[in-house]
Amino acid sequence: MIGALLERHPRLANWLYGFTPPERGTVVLVHRRVYIVPTRLGALFALTLLILLIGSINYSLSLGFALTFLLAGMGLAGMVHTARNLARLAVSTGRAEPVFAGEAAQFRLYLDARGAFDRPAILARHVGSRSQLVVDVPGGGIAEVVLAVPAERRGWLPLRRVMLETRFPLGLFRAWSYVEPDARCLVYPRPERSALPPAIAESASGGLRSPVPGNDDYAGLRAYQLSDSPRHVAWKAVARSDDMLTKQFSGEAAAELWLDWALLPAGLGRERRLSRLAGWVLAADRSGRNYGLRLPGVEIGPARGDRQRGACLQALALYGEPS
Amino acid sequence: MKLAHPLSPERRLMSARDLAWLTASLAIVTAPHALRAPWWLTGLTLCLYGWRLYCTLNRAPLPSRWLVLAFALAGLLGVWLEYRTLFGRQSGVMLLMLFSGLKLLESRTHRDAAVAAFLGYFLIVTNFLYSQTIPTAAAMAAGVFAITATLVGFSAPQRAAPANARTAAVLLAHAFPAALALFLFFPRVDGPLWGMPRDAYTGLTGLSETMTPGNLSQLAQSDAIAFRAAFESEAPPAAMRYWRGPVLWDFDGRTWSGASGGSTPFTPPRGTGAYRYSVVLEPHNRRWLFALESAARVPEHAHMTFDGQIYADGPVRSRILYNMVSITLPEARADEQPRWLERALRLPPEVDPRARELAREWRTGSHSDAEVLARALGFLQRGRYAYTLDPPLLGANSIDEFLFDTREGFCEHFASSFTFLMRAAGVPARVVTGYQGGELNGADHILTVRQSDAHAWSEVYLRGRGWVRVDPTAAAMPTRLQAGLSGALPQDARLPLMMRADMEWLRGVRSQWEALAHRWNVWVLSYDQDRQRSLMLSLGMRSADWRNMTATLFTVLGVLTLALLAWSLRRITRPDPVQKAWQLFCGKLAARGVERAGHEGPRDYSARAARALPGSRRAILRIASLYIALRYGARPSRAGTERLRRLVRRLELA
Repeated sequence: MIGALLERHPRLANWLYGFTPPERGTVVLVHRRVYIVPTRLGALFALTLLILLIGSINYSLSLGFALTFLLAGMGLAGMVHTARNLARLAVSTGRAEPVFAGEAAQFRLYLDARGAFDRPAILARHVGSRSQLVVDVPGGGIAEVVLAVPAERRGWLPLRRVMLETRFPLGLFRAWSYVEPDARCLVYPRPERSALPPAIAESASGGLRSPVPGNDDYAGLRAYQLSDSPRHVAWKAVARSDDMLTKQFSGEAAAELWLDWALLPAGLGRERRLSRLAGWVLAADRSGRNYGLRLPGVEIGPARGDRQRGACLQALALYGEPS
Repeated sequence: MKLAHPLSPERRLMSARDLAWLTASLAIVTAPHALRAPWWLTGLTLCLYGWRLYCTLNRAPLPSRWLVLAFALAGLLGVWLEYRTLFGRQSGVMLLMLFSGLKLLESRTHRDAAVAAFLGYFLIVTNFLYSQTIPTAAAMAAGVFAITATLVGFSAPQRAAPANARTAAVLLAHAFPAALALFLFFPRVDGPLWGMPRDAYTGLTGLSETMTPGNLSQLAQSDAIAFRAAFESEAPPAAMRYWRGPVLWDFDGRTWSGASGGSTPFTPPRGTGAYRYSVVLEPHNRRWLFALESAARVPEHAHMTFDGQIYADGPVRSRILYNMVSITLPEARADEQPRWLERALRLPPEVDPRARELAREWRTGSHSDAEVLARALGFLQRGRYAYTLDPPLLGANSIDEFLFDTREGFCEHFASSFTFLMRAAGVPARVVTGYQGGELNGADHILTVRQSDAHAWSEVYLRGRGWVRVDPTAAAMPTRLQAGLSGALPQDARLPLMMRADMEWLRGVRSQWEALAHRWNVWVLSYDQDRQRSLMLSLGMRSADWRNMTATLFTVLGVLTLALLAWSLRRITRPDPVQKAWQLFCGKLAARGVERAGHEGPRDYSARAARALPGSRRAILRIASLYIALRYGARPSRAGTERLRRLVRRLELA
């Protein structure tokens, strides 16, 4: 019920959680943001103490009092230690590699201990997807948390709210805090497999008139360039010599393949078209050819390699999205 | 759907390491009980612990709930057969011990294990029902530490065990100040809150209300401490150390028993040889308090009977401390009521004819009671009696048999026979039991009186002098007073280890130890409502009621928690001031539309910003170069940091 209320009134949630999302840069968990309540085990511990106290009074056991009070003091110290386990922890995010819709985005969180003491058993949980991980942050060090968040649809996927929780050292108290770092992951459209369109040699580029031959016509080896796809590296040849060599296919340099929005059947919806195009980009990239992408209002000139692939997929992912 | 919470103890299974810690902790806290328990119960509990370990080590399945239940029922039946009750103190403790094994056996998750660990706390506190000495406290402190380390291990399963043990030690160290504050200021209530089980106080040793040949000599074989007395100045000489306990009037031929005559208004005796001292009395589950003869005051919550016994308002069931004044050389007071003198002459008919005959001879041959007394003492001195802890069994005419046949006995035989002879000779007499002597500790001038100092003597009523103490044992065995029990007994007699005279160095060690134990008793174990009140008053509190105490307690706890919080944040680095100033600088530039790109270093960024905002070019470049020098330079200076902060604060972009 409270959850629904906070959902509807984000400002109330912001006030309650002590920050306004998204938070840029490194987030430090100051006191205001760390909450602490006893756990069920803590309640059981309190009950134990009560029984010990009554027993000590009844039998006038001085050492019984001493034990009861020592345990009470330990509960108190445990509460402070639990709060300390999260106090002033610094949370920053790393780069999340783009994924295709339907896959899970891998968000990286870095938990910086910012102190000489260990911070064991900290749970990081993505509130939306319930993806979670328990890490020990070493004293003076940084722990990495990878949260796999399902990417449902193309576009930018923001990380949104993450809960950090700990019950260390005694499990009697539960301290937690929410962060909402400014991290996002690019989600490409879900690729749809289909045959590549025929590569038509453009009049502008001149030369060939006929469709290019099959893309698996092996033509020879050439020196590796940084932009070459690892799929085309001649690994067997590399194993024999020290030089990186790339396999060349006939027609690769000559023919230009345009992956054009307009080539798709007219009845196809926007998302289907984008999926189809994404599938084409992958297929074209696999073939090692030069290719270009044309979307309404967007044109990416022919090229090949990982950079071209990334640029095309990003254009597809963000097509029609507010940037 | 509720997702499995990886930190919730209900979901996490116990690992082999967790189990090892838990079992070890339970073994520590169960060990003292195991020594007291019947052998089959100790064996069963150990088997349950072992079974659980076996299951984890061999990946065997845990026994089913039904099997565990069957064990529980079998254990219950066994305890019932052993003690004929399930709700007594002893049987309750035994059941708790059994349950620790059963709970361990069925523990799968961390939650079960935590419950078993909490059971360990109960086992610790029940140990204190039997013993609250320093060694017990130390052993149980080890138990608390082990349980704490176990709990820490549950909440950090991936962390190394030594690190978890260190955390447990830090936790306990942090708990200590709060525990001390609670111990001192938590308003104490006098127990018990409800009726105790009938066997709650068994096992306490001490004098009994009656005296039968054999029961004192049995008590004298115990090393247990009866009480300790701390004298304000010198302690009285050994021969003066008669600690008065129950006074016995009636004799049935075998057993002496007390008379209940009610209390009389107490009139302190006058005389010389006053001693002021405080007594820490061990619980003995009877009402009397011991004081040096003759008591010149009555402690609080106590009264004095007409025959000089001090009775507390209730049985002494916990260690108590009281202050006393005694007069060792009181003036004569011959004011006993005739009915009591008459009672002090009564004898059972027809027993011990030879003793009666002897007494009749003394009576006819003497002119006064004092002369009878002298003859009797002479008879004992010449009688070549032997002093022994193992007196032979006596028949129906116990006095005759001791005086004329066996001639071996302990103080109760001497006191009993002497009092009989006096009565038979027409001199009013009664038996007094208590303690005689005690050992003066060289370390702190505290006199320790043990059960082995239990003694019995007589008092005779002489006209004009009143009740006079006569110690027939001392008459027969003069060394008893000077050297205590060990001096009076033959060297090869069975004696408690600590009482042997030939171990000087051991006695030295023991003196130090006793001094420590006394302080422990006074400051830790006897801390009660009264001492709490006097502490509050000495702290300047006007009234020491529970409201004041609670307020003090919460103040102290609040301050301690804040101190702990401050400590917890102490070692966390603050944001670097240089970095903070730089971020402020970037923020100011960003507000003017020059946002720093992720890849841009300070040099490139400031150069770009200077181009974009030519009006502030100089200031921007100056700040950037200062920042670079401070952040990446070899020797950052405080003054430089200050200058950077000032520059950034004052920066106003044109």
